[in-house]
Parts: sequence; structure tokens; C-alpha cells
Amino acid sequence: MLDADFFRRWMTATAASVDREAERLTALDSPIGDADHGSNLQRGFRDVVTALEKDAPDTPGAVLTLAGRRLISTVGGASGPLYGTLLRRTGKALADASEVGREQLAEALREGVDAVRTLGGAAPGDKTMIDALVPAVDALGESFAAARTAAEEGAEATTPLQARKGRASYLGERSIGHQDPGATSAALLVAALEEAADE
Amino acid sequence: MLINVPETVVADALRGMASAHPELTVDVENRVIVRRDAPVAGQVALVSGGGSGHEPLHGGFVGPGMLAAACPGEVFTSPVPDQMVRAAAAVDSGAGVLFIVKNYTGDVLNFDMAAELAEDEGIQVAKVLVNDDVAVTDSLYTAGRRGTGATLFVEKIAGAAAQEGRPLEQVESLARRVNEKSRSFGFALSAVTTPAKGTPTFDLPPGELELGIGIHGEPGRERRPMMTSGEIAEAAVDAVLTDLAPRNPVLVLVNGMGATPLLELYGFNAEVQRILRGRGVAVARTLVGNYVTSLDMAGASVTLCEIDEDLLALWDAPVSTPGLRWGM
Repeated sequence: MLDADFFRRWMTATAASVDREAERLTALDSPIGDADHGSNLQRGFRDVVTALEKDAPDTPGAVLTLAGRRLISTVGGASGPLYGTLLRRTGKALADASEVGREQLAEALREGVDAVRTLGGAAPGDKTMIDALVPAVDALGESFAAARTAAEEGAEATTPLQARKGRASYLGERSIGHQDPGATSAALLVAALEEAADE
Repeated sequence: MLINVPETVVADALRGMASAHPELTVDVENRVIVRRDAPVAGQVALVSGGGSGHEPLHGGFVGPGMLAAACPGEVFTSPVPDQMVRAAAAVDSGAGVLFIVKNYTGDVLNFDMAAELAEDEGIQVAKVLVNDDVAVTDSLYTAGRRGTGATLFVEKIAGAAAQEGRPLEQVESLARRVNEKSRSFGFALSAVTTPAKGTPTFDLPPGELELGIGIHGEPGRERRPMMTSGEIAEAAVDAVLTDLAPRNPVLVLVNGMGATPLLELYGFNAEVQRILRGRGVAVARTLVGNYVTSLDMAGASVTLCEIDEDLLALWDAPVSTPGLRWGM
């Protein structure tokens, strides 16, 4: 079973991996965005870690709801509301359970991903974070490792796509041939689940 | 680049702005710029904001006759809802607040969230989306037309209406009308360098230009070998007039992107005016300068807004802001 500590580790592992990969995220964001995805998420997840240390929420739902609210308040751009909504809605779906199973997390994440789809209006294939998150949630019932692989493959599969949402969409066909930075960071978030489970 | 470290670029600029403009209240920590006499009794308050790097937009347009408050985000990154709610609470006189939002995914999402939160606090909020950029032709499969030069027209004209004491509903519909009657087209002669990256965000070799550029260093739709000022003016004006067939006089904004000298902008304006005359478009007023910029990008944009007598009177009405000032 997954308790509040697991979810805290998930957020800490995500923050560490965003720190490690910030330059790559920003580099991916240069040709088809505005070269700030790494630094924006870094600011947000660092703040999440600080807030979790300070407030020490004691349920999985409370950890994710707080993390989501902090992302909305610190990231800005489209990523702030989208990642913030993902975590906040997932947290709300977990309600006040003190422990949850992996299947329960998968169901809650599906609600979070649906909320992101509604907010941003993106569908699979639009070259967005959705392309990593949807296959990850589908595979999460199997294992954390399967979710990680699915997210990474989903992110890589955005390369040949033409962007239909966000700033990359203004490039039209010229967005083809670049891996989507949002799908790439979403894969980092999913991969951090496995790290949190291994600890 | 004239900076200390990339992380403090926005805060540094706000501190400098506070020193230069005692007529504004600049909250550096919370990143909100407010006209000092706000809230003004009986007046609708205009609040705008967006990523930094487009100065004087939006903070430079705070003052009597224009915005009541502005929220600067990180460079090229939308501000967060907390800033907008704080700004709305600081300027609302009870007559309501109008959010002026440029159509970028981040700005739209954050202002939407802020509007909900502000309404929870009992503030009446209306929103107007600015989406004037004709370079985005495929609105179905993109995030839609971007908000660019017309933002200045919307903020100035709606700001004058608010200053006159018109009610929220009227100020909102006026702002919407200005946006509907405005179209823009921009181009870049060089790429943009953000403080965080320190190198150009895309590769635009000398001798080439990018047509249909946005204001965030995002490349445009088409790259061509360098053209003359007259040829570029023709391409820009034609693109605008393909989508706007004005029967009434227009306001013209020839807007520099940040690194193109005024000498060149005025020369470019001469070409724009020549072409408009040739197309039978009457010009009521013209503004030339750097107003909706993209950091150090070279290039310009042309915005036309078809006006009537009411809009022209509001355009001519006094305004007193760091970036735009006349009649006061």
C-alpha cells in the first residue's frame, strides 16, 4: 500500500529528476517553444518540496492537493495550471484515505488526466503531455515500471507528430521532428513513481 | 546582456520601475504594478498581464486612462493566478474588473483560474481575449490566433472608457469590439535571446527574415531571403487586409520588436502609409515605436484597427502612463 510518505517521495524524486533534466527540457523547448520549460518546472517542484516539508500533510490526497496548488501558484505559463490541475485533481480523487493501492492511484490519476484534457483541450496525438500520461495511466495497473516505459515511449512517439496545441502549434509542419517538452517532463513525473516505490 | 543573473531579471526591473515611477505602486515581491490612486471610485478597473519581455506592455501601460494594474510573469511565461487575484482586489472599486488576456494557452488558463478565485472573493470580473495575429491561419489545429499589437489598442480605448465611468458591461463590449476590428502581422530580422538561455532561441541567419513571427521568439510561418522595407510593408499590410476590409478610417500601429531603430521604424511606416493609400484605406491616427516587444528581437509588426467616432474619441482621450502619455 502507498502512504503519504510514498507520495512525498514521489514529489521529491520528481523535483530531483526535473533538476537533473532541466537543461534538456529547456533545449527541447527551444526549437518549438520559448526555451523555458526546464526552468519553470524547476521553480515549481522546488517550491513543492519546500511546502511539503513545511506543512507535512498526512494523507496521499493532501500531499498531491498541496503539490498541485503550489505548482499553480509558482510555475505560470500553461505548465503551471496543467500540472497543478493534474496533481490537485488526482489528490482530490484519493480523498482522505490514509493508504491507497496502485490500482486506486491509477483510477485517481485517470481523473487527473481527464481534468487536464478538459482544461487544455488536448487529445492524444496533439503532441502534448497527454501523449505520455494516457499510456502511462493505462499501464499503471500492471506495474510502476510498465507505466514508466509507456510514458517514455509515449513521449518519444511525439517526435513525428505535428503540434496542435500550445505554442508549438504556431509552427505548423515545422513542429514535426521534435520531441514534445511537455510529454518529456510528464514522463519524468511517471518515472519518479518507480523511484519512490524502490526506496 | 545587461543583467546580473537570469533568476532576478524580472525583480530587478520591477525595483527599477518603482524608483522611476513614484506614481505607481510596484509590489516587487508579489509582482503586481498598480496605479497609486487605485481603487478609483466609480471606475471599472482594467487588469492585464503576461510574460515579461514585452515592455512597455503591460506594466508601462498602468495609469490614468489605461490599466489599473498589471501582473508581470517570468520572461515569456504567463503570470500566476495569485498575482491576478491580488491585483483585482487592489483595484476593484466595486464597479468591477476587466481582465485583458492575450490569447496564449498559459495566459488564458491562468486568467481563467484567477477569474474564478476573484469571483469567490466577491469581485465582479469580466474577461476579454485579444487575438489579432493574422499570421496564424489555421485556428482549428493550433492554439488559435495570438494576441499581439492590438493589445495596446484594447487597453488604451477600454481604459479611456473606464476612466469616463462607463459600466463594466460597456467597457467589456467595447474592448471586444476593438479586438474584433483589429488585425496584426509581424516579422523578425533576428532571433530573440532570453536571459535564461543566453543564446538565440532559434537560428535566423543574416540575410534572411521570418514572416509571421509571434512575440515570444517563436518562429513564424515562412522564411525568406532579405527584402526591402517597402517589400516587407507590402507583405505585412496585404496579410492584414486579407482579413480586414476596413470601410472606415483605421488606427495604425507600427510596432518595433525591441532591437530595430526608430529611424528604420519611421522609414517602414512611410512604406506602410504609402501602401494603405494605394489600397484606399484612410488613416485616422498613427503610432510608431516600441510598444509590444520581444526582448532583443529585430523586426516590427503592423496593426490596423478600424474605428468609428466613439472609438477615435476614446483613443484621443488623455492618458498618463510610463509607456503612453498624451493630453495630460
